[in-house]
Amino acid sequence: MTLLEVKDLKVSFPTADGVVRAVRGVSFTVDAGRTLGIVGESGSGKSVMTQTLLGLTPGGEISGSAVFDGVDLLTLGEDEMRKVRGAQISVIFQDPLTSMHPLYRVGWQISELIRAHDKSVSKREARERSIDLLRRVGIPRPETRVDDYPHQFSGGMRQRAIIAMALALSPKLIIADEPTTALDATVQAQILDLLLELQRESDTALIMITHDMGVVADIADDVMVMYAGRAAERAGKDDIFYAPHHPYTKGLLESIPNSSAGGDRLKPITGQPPSLIRLPSGCKFHPRCGYVMDRCLSEEPTLRPVGDDGYHVSACWLPTAAAGLSEQAEEIRKKTVRAERSEASEQIAEEIAAAPESEGSVI
Amino acid sequence: MAIARFLIRRVLTGIVVLWLVATAAFFLFFARPVNTVAHQLAGRAATPQVIATVIRNLGLNQPILVQYWHFLDNLLHFNLGYSYYTQQSVNTMLKQDLPPTASVVVGGVILWLIAGLAVGIISATRARSLFDRFSAVAVLIGISLPTFVIGELLLLIVFVPLNQHGFHWIQDQYAGPSTGIGNWIGHLILPWITLAAVQAAIYTRLTRGQLLDVLGEDYMRMARAKGLSERRVIFRHGVRAALTPVVSQLGVDVGQLLGGVIVVESVFGLNGLGQVSVQAIDTDNLPVIIGFVVLAAAFVVVANIIVDLTYALLDPRVRIA
Repeated sequence: MTLLEVKDLKVSFPTADGVVRAVRGVSFTVDAGRTLGIVGESGSGKSVMTQTLLGLTPGGEISGSAVFDGVDLLTLGEDEMRKVRGAQISVIFQDPLTSMHPLYRVGWQISELIRAHDKSVSKREARERSIDLLRRVGIPRPETRVDDYPHQFSGGMRQRAIIAMALALSPKLIIADEPTTALDATVQAQILDLLLELQRESDTALIMITHDMGVVADIADDVMVMYAGRAAERAGKDDIFYAPHHPYTKGLLESIPNSSAGGDRLKPITGQPPSLIRLPSGCKFHPRCGYVMDRCLSEEPTLRPVGDDGYHVSACWLPTAAAGLSEQAEEIRKKTVRAERSEASEQIAEEIAAAPESEGSVI
Repeated sequence: MAIARFLIRRVLTGIVVLWLVATAAFFLFFARPVNTVAHQLAGRAATPQVIATVIRNLGLNQPILVQYWHFLDNLLHFNLGYSYYTQQSVNTMLKQDLPPTASVVVGGVILWLIAGLAVGIISATRARSLFDRFSAVAVLIGISLPTFVIGELLLLIVFVPLNQHGFHWIQDQYAGPSTGIGNWIGHLILPWITLAAVQAAIYTRLTRGQLLDVLGEDYMRMARAKGLSERRVIFRHGVRAALTPVVSQLGVDVGQLLGGVIVVESVFGLNGLGQVSVQAIDTDNLPVIIGFVVLAAAFVVVANIIVDLTYALLDPRVRIA
């Protein structure tokens, strides 16, 4: 059952330097109980997009639609939106160290959320529920820790407390915006496991925003790769990992540190993400793409089906047969590029090839 | 327990500070020729014998250390000595002149806090709006205008015309609350506005800056994501966090205010501590001057202890130690 259907969402911010086009037409769906991983570099529009769904991007010019449980979120008034936030859609932000109010007790902050959406809950009841929630997310001795201040919690514990808050009202959708980025590696794994386990228990849908392909591999059902405010590729997790079509997706996979690969050097994606004010012409990825062709310089590709299931879509001019990591796929890519390249694109390709690796960004 | 230990230590260091301040004041003033006071007391045509008698009577002929010993001994018994001219106890004088000063300070502080916080909060939540720009200009004017100019302006454009046209509620000089609360306010409203104007400007700027910083914090985004009402987000989460530095600034300002209301007092003819101390300086009335200095220092010490305590109450991350 489709829980959230986002169609052609666009968000831009007028600034003194020009219009920042943060999201340029993104569509996706999230089904109840499933996990969508949204992957992309900093500035690809993934955080702006999800915050827009909750009306947390003041000053943005927004168009498109986002139907959640039968209601278009983008048309909701402030009061109606408030009832959705925290109760039906919860957000877990990136930095647990700064996401809790430093001057209020952890339990107070959870109780506040509960009581904001249901005035009939007494303070004592809300406190009891906060203790239960803290226990559920694995905080030891929750009956005493509930009265601690956030600075008395470690980073991992704070993220657990925030997850407890996100779960408090059994929302239908949780948006986790890089929830593990600020944590160290061992804690990251614990938090991901916890999220997965809780999601299975409660049948909540999850949008996991990350720049870490490893996190996606652990947790996602479907994956959307974003670049410069648009979806570059969208597919089931297996297709993304085993049959990527877009060169950007391929680049992301090659830049995953992999200890089993035995000393292979990481292949960074050369160049930097584009400025969202002055976007490149044509395909926004072409200045960094090793498979750049003539038509990429002038025409921006839109999503089209590349797999057999019709779900796997990619915004790239390479033929559908070029999907995958196999040598045959690489052959097809090279052949196409040879045929489709003339002077202008040749020059860009040479520049990319000549760029020192240190300038690339490993995300 | 921690609070008791903190208080004991702070009170002890406070006493040391007071002793140092009193000693410094004593030696600064007593290390100069003693004749001026005697001359004034004895009159212009006094013979050297008369002056010598006066000096002896005041005890100023004794060695400085002996005088200092007497002074300390008195101080330990909370006795600040006697005025050279009226023989009135300095304690009594300060006690008498405290009400006008305290009235000005209390009313002024309340006024500037209300104005500063309100304007600061509105400016921060509507940054770059017309209101914000307007208040920024007003703040600049408030900070730039000297207190006595504001006071004189108020006298000129409020006090004088009103009284000329038969409205006598607003008055100069001091009348205690025992003469009627309305009367008391009428006498103090202009001094309050004068004192509050500059400070309100400073507090507007402080509040606005602090709140703007807080509004950009992650926990504010989190508060909105929790579905709280905008008012609760701004006040319970935003203002609460922005208030801590404002409150600690307030403690420091109030502590220093005792000496700072002199200008206001003289503009409006309030016979408060400021007036008395200025008179004492003009006439070399040393015991009164030192008494005032010690009292002002005591205010600062107490205010600082209160600030530190409040700070720990307001911010759980601050530990008293």
